[in-house]
Amino acid sequence: MTFVINILSLGIPFSVALLIASLGEMFNQRAGIFNLGCEGMMAMGAFLGMLVPYLVGQGSYVPGYYNYLGLLLALAVGALLGLVFGVVVVTFRAPQGIAGIGMQMFGVGTAGTLFRHFIGGTQSVPGINVAPIPLLSDIPVLGVLFFNHNPLVYVAFLMVPSAWYLLFKTPWGLKVRAVGTHPRAADSIGIDVNKVRFQALMVGGALAGLAGAYLSLCQAKMFSDGIIAGRGFIAVALVYFGHWHPVKIMGGALLFTLAQALQLAIQGLGIDFPYEFLVMLPYVMVIIVLAFSRKSQITGPAALGKPFNREIRA
Amino acid sequence: MTNRFKTGYKIGVIILAIITAMALGAVILLAIGADVFKTYIVILTRPLMNKIGVTEVLLRMVPLSIIAIGITVAYRSGIINIGAEGQMAIGVLSTTAIALLFPNLPGYVLIPFAILAGAIGGAAWGFIPGFLKAKLQVSELLSTVMLNYIAAQLYTFLLRGPMLDPAEMTMGSGTPQSMRLSKNLDLTRFIKGTRIHTGLFIALALAVIIYFLLWKTSFGFKLRAAGASSKAARYGGINVPKYLIIAMMISGAFAGMAGSIEIAGVHRRAIEGVTSGYGFSGIVVALFGGLHPAGIVPAAFFFGLLIYGADMTQRIVGVPANMVQVLQGIIILVIVSTKMIINNPYLMQKVESRINSFRKKGSAQEETV
Repeated sequence: MTFVINILSLGIPFSVALLIASLGEMFNQRAGIFNLGCEGMMAMGAFLGMLVPYLVGQGSYVPGYYNYLGLLLALAVGALLGLVFGVVVVTFRAPQGIAGIGMQMFGVGTAGTLFRHFIGGTQSVPGINVAPIPLLSDIPVLGVLFFNHNPLVYVAFLMVPSAWYLLFKTPWGLKVRAVGTHPRAADSIGIDVNKVRFQALMVGGALAGLAGAYLSLCQAKMFSDGIIAGRGFIAVALVYFGHWHPVKIMGGALLFTLAQALQLAIQGLGIDFPYEFLVMLPYVMVIIVLAFSRKSQITGPAALGKPFNREIRA
Repeated sequence: MTNRFKTGYKIGVIILAIITAMALGAVILLAIGADVFKTYIVILTRPLMNKIGVTEVLLRMVPLSIIAIGITVAYRSGIINIGAEGQMAIGVLSTTAIALLFPNLPGYVLIPFAILAGAIGGAAWGFIPGFLKAKLQVSELLSTVMLNYIAAQLYTFLLRGPMLDPAEMTMGSGTPQSMRLSKNLDLTRFIKGTRIHTGLFIALALAVIIYFLLWKTSFGFKLRAAGASSKAARYGGINVPKYLIIAMMISGAFAGMAGSIEIAGVHRRAIEGVTSGYGFSGIVVALFGGLHPAGIVPAAFFFGLLIYGADMTQRIVGVPANMVQVLQGIIILVIVSTKMIINNPYLMQKVESRINSFRKKGSAQEETV
């Protein structure tokens, strides 16, 4: 029993980076943009997120609000990269898959370059610590599982209903879904397709940046080149897996990270099993899940990946 | 629209694109307080100053061009293969396995055998995303990336375990690498004092072969037709899924061979980080080379220069070698945008009418004066 609780309480914070990033990617894809650059945006967020508290601290005490300044910076750089990506794929209508790879290389490369210049080596930051919710965290079992995490974990899970509300209950959400499903129809009733796509890309980018900063400030409490480790790509896959719906995406994120937590737990138990195969597990799962969710792709946003050109009849 | 205007327009756009790319790179360089001009000069010229520099660039050109040509085959059939990194790793493993199992075979048997094994390994790794795309409509972008991570884990597992150098085991320094592979596998280094090896000629030969395969055979025509318009190709009786899978296997085989040649020619043992981003750089090379072997060979030289030059900037101007990844990312973004701008007739007309009205205004003003 304690073993199971351990796995679960370990897995929940692990899922947060994936959850935030894939909620952002969901907005992109709902608006019809396949953003494979998520990984790069996360890397930039991860680096800039920890840069502020690191530069302020340099070994001494860091007041907590600098961490949040880092988070803000990560959100901003994510939105900025979303904007850049928008110029390439929305304004110039470049093919999104290959442009996403460019964005990924640019983000990961820039984060690595800046990291070497400003920090240099493995340096940890105090980061954002666990903030148990008073009273609720005292509940046996449930307290440990749900109310004993760092603040961003709560925020991330509150984002799920917020994203749902934003997407399905607000005029903006309707516009996003319209430009991702039938941009021409949206255009004919006066929605500025490109503007909405830009907005969605900036929201998605900002969330990707935040997800990256979560990794460097809350999870690893440091930055390294491989810190994102493909989470950006897994986030993209999770959106398919979660049928472009926030709640299902959350389910997917939890499922994936439970596999990861299980892997850590098995290592912790000292069972002699090559850990490389355990590390592989999430990636193998992505492929299997994608292979068996073929039907879901039909129900996805109809205009996903298709640039919109209002000057050409299609 | 005059032809002169069209060419002028295209050249203008390309020059603008180059300036944009360099300016974006300059932003990052300025952020780390580097001397922008000096950095670019070092990257682009310093490696070409001496014999060793040039051969080192050629050395990097070998895997880049082989991988880029493989990526081109996939791209032309409608698949973007970003899994070359993983396919290359599997190629290295297959070659290492053969060399460890049959160290005593003579070179003229072992080398082709080991490279073939690398090709088969890479092809098998490329088959998976090809099959998933053709039969189950799984996005190759995601499946190939995932297979990269899986291959990387498999690679470390084998290098730390079954393929670990026995010397490392007794010395216990813990470097995960295989033992020095059989000398019979060595590709000849044909210029004394440098590392450049005969793999260079294999790379050039493969480029020629793919040119003939894609542009001079009916197989190549069908493959390109499948990529250019899969609906039309299907209507024309081409079995599109079959060509997707074959193209992906060729692509994987090339990446695998690049891995085999890299260890037979350069490292002579399987080491960690042997792929070192070649799989991703290959995508840039393929795009930069216009997805054609004749363009890819010079493009591979250019990016070999960038990669080696970026190594030097670290020592000379203190710019981290990661800068090359930044530049590659920027180049991809700029190339795909530029292509769309050049192929946009509406934009071209707009620009032309602007210029024309501007000229009229100018001449009208002259008359009034």
